Amino acid sequence: MTSFTFLHVEYLLQAAVWTIVLSLVAFVFGGVAGFVIALWRVSPNKTLRAIASWYIQIVQGIPLLVILFVAYFGLAIAGFKLSPLVAAGISFAVYCAAFLGEIWRGCIQAVPKTQWEASECLGFNRFEQLQKVILPQAFKIAIPPTVGFMVQIVKNTSLASVIGFVDLSRAGQIINNSTFQPFTVFGCVALIYFCLCYPLSALSKHFERKLNVSNR
Amino acid sequence: MSAIVSINNLHKSFGTNKVLNGVSLDVQKGQMVAIIGRSGSGKSTLLRCLNGLERIDSGDINVCGHDIHHPDKLNLRELRKQVGIVFQSYNLFPHVTVERNITLALTTIKKMATAEAKKIAHNVLTLVGLEAKKEAYPEQLSGGQAQRVAIARSLAMAPELMLFDEVTSALDPELTGEVLKVMEDLSKQGMTMVLVTHEMAFARKLADVLVFMHQGKVWEMGPPDELFTNPKTAELAKFVSSEL
Amino acid sequence: MHYTFDFMSVFVNWPRLLEGAWLTIQLSALSIVLGFVVGTLCAIAFKSKSWLLQALVKTYVEIIRNTPLLVQVFLVYFGLASIGLRLTAETAAVIALTVNVGAYTAEIMRAGINSIHPGQIEAAECLGMSKFHVYWHVVLLPAVERVYPSLTSQFILLMLASSITSQISAEELTATANLVQSETFRSFEVYVVIAVAYLALSFLFRAAFWLVGKTAFVRKRKLGTNL
Repeated sequence: MTSFTFLHVEYLLQAAVWTIVLSLVAFVFGGVAGFVIALWRVSPNKTLRAIASWYIQIVQGIPLLVILFVAYFGLAIAGFKLSPLVAAGISFAVYCAAFLGEIWRGCIQAVPKTQWEASECLGFNRFEQLQKVILPQAFKIAIPPTVGFMVQIVKNTSLASVIGFVDLSRAGQIINNSTFQPFTVFGCVALIYFCLCYPLSALSKHFERKLNVSNR
Repeated sequence: MSAIVSINNLHKSFGTNKVLNGVSLDVQKGQMVAIIGRSGSGKSTLLRCLNGLERIDSGDINVCGHDIHHPDKLNLRELRKQVGIVFQSYNLFPHVTVERNITLALTTIKKMATAEAKKIAHNVLTLVGLEAKKEAYPEQLSGGQAQRVAIARSLAMAPELMLFDEVTSALDPELTGEVLKVMEDLSKQGMTMVLVTHEMAFARKLADVLVFMHQGKVWEMGPPDELFTNPKTAELAKFVSSEL
Repeated sequence: MHYTFDFMSVFVNWPRLLEGAWLTIQLSALSIVLGFVVGTLCAIAFKSKSWLLQALVKTYVEIIRNTPLLVQVFLVYFGLASIGLRLTAETAAVIALTVNVGAYTAEIMRAGINSIHPGQIEAAECLGMSKFHVYWHVVLLPAVERVYPSLTSQFILLMLASSITSQISAEELTATANLVQSETFRSFEVYVVIAVAYLALSFLFRAAFWLVGKTAFVRKRKLGTNL
């Protein structure tokens, strides 16, 4: 049994870099997909609306862990042997797409109907309406909840440890298995997560206050 | 006969703003006292001191036998069982029916049985003419109806003194009549009432004592007819002419 | 792709999977009830005059909301064991889930309580109601009605998150699925089946909350409007 030293903390911090990488992958890919989903949810096309709606309902009704297992263990059987990183990346992207899609749909719908009417009466087609009038306004509304969701993304990356990916949580487990000091080790892990998440939470609250003030 | 309300040299400030600057006033049992004056004259603050909603800085104030100027000896809840208040924004509980709005205090404070509480609710609702609305929710009522329910709610606690804080100011003109009628009936039945109001005609017709407040003091006080026809001070004269 | 799907080998294990699902329901329901009480008490504490109490509650809420549930579960299970408090996996799971949902409930209930107009509280106090009764009848009950959708969303998230407790071997649905998978090697089928099972559980919980809402909030049922 070794004691918990600064070397271990270094190891944790290096693993934390992977947590950040995984979070960014999830946000970028999930964000792009989520953006498409959000647009489909408000589309006049019934089929697109239905697909997006079903996608969101299904993904939001399944634990992220199960999605992860389907991607890692499940697809392996079907011949797609994915590395833990890729499996985790895909799972998180799928998960984020559903949640971001739902959040952003809400923000698009929060733009007053009168904006749609005014822009339509000026002769904009749907694409121009979205691009020039609706989305810029929806973007502002979307900042607080999106930043808030980033906190969830960072926390969710901890599940990648379950399929063996050495993120911050897995690193903590590895160290705990040799030092047997769970309070210290996981306490340190929690502290690092806190340092990653709390600024995002505070930023989200800051943006929300700013948004409420400007709306008055 | 000892007064229901006895105020002597009351002072109150909000920060640096001196709102009540030496107010002295007595209210006898069965009287209707109407307090008038410009906004900022201290009328609402004075009213809110009477049931402990505002803390006083100095002076003597005795309401229904309670010494309000000694806050540590004061039993606020006991005082409030004897003093009812109706607010400008009625403040009905939106999530329960009209009947429950009235029986809630009765069952929780006076520990009454539900049947008995419902009987009292029936009585006070009949008094204000809204027995038919007892299963309705506040959002289904008009402003005038809601205010009458608020009066009924306070009446249900059988207070000795009723306070009215500009209760018709937030209502559309055609709805004030029904509320003023209820207040008139109450007064005729002998309730001691102190009201802050802008309804000059009502005050003139029904109040026993009119109190004109200005700059935190009782500027003039007396029978309403006298004050309206022969104001002694320039401020009251100006106020009366601008209101009529 | 030379793989034949074999769902039957999963379906023959349905008694075990059902037991796992039942434990998921039990863990979630218990944690939701306890967590709701904890969260509501914390929301009330947010308004207390003692700055120490406020600071403690705020710290608790921020720590839980900014750290992953997995790490919280490890801290409860392994951490407490290391100081001599050996808990069963199920007990540790309930504790960790309760602490977790308590923090989120505190934030939601805080918003609900703040949304109650001060005039309501003043009116109730002026009728002579005790602080407790004012809080219960005029603040908490309407607050819960207002934030009920947020609360139920959070509770369903908790039920799904209970899958994480499989990592300390609580024998809930995901852990059972892992066992079945290790025996049958039918990973895809197993996890697809429990994905569907969780969807069913989500629906079940949603329906249960809907029913509770309809029963508890009489005004909403009759009038259909929001408070």
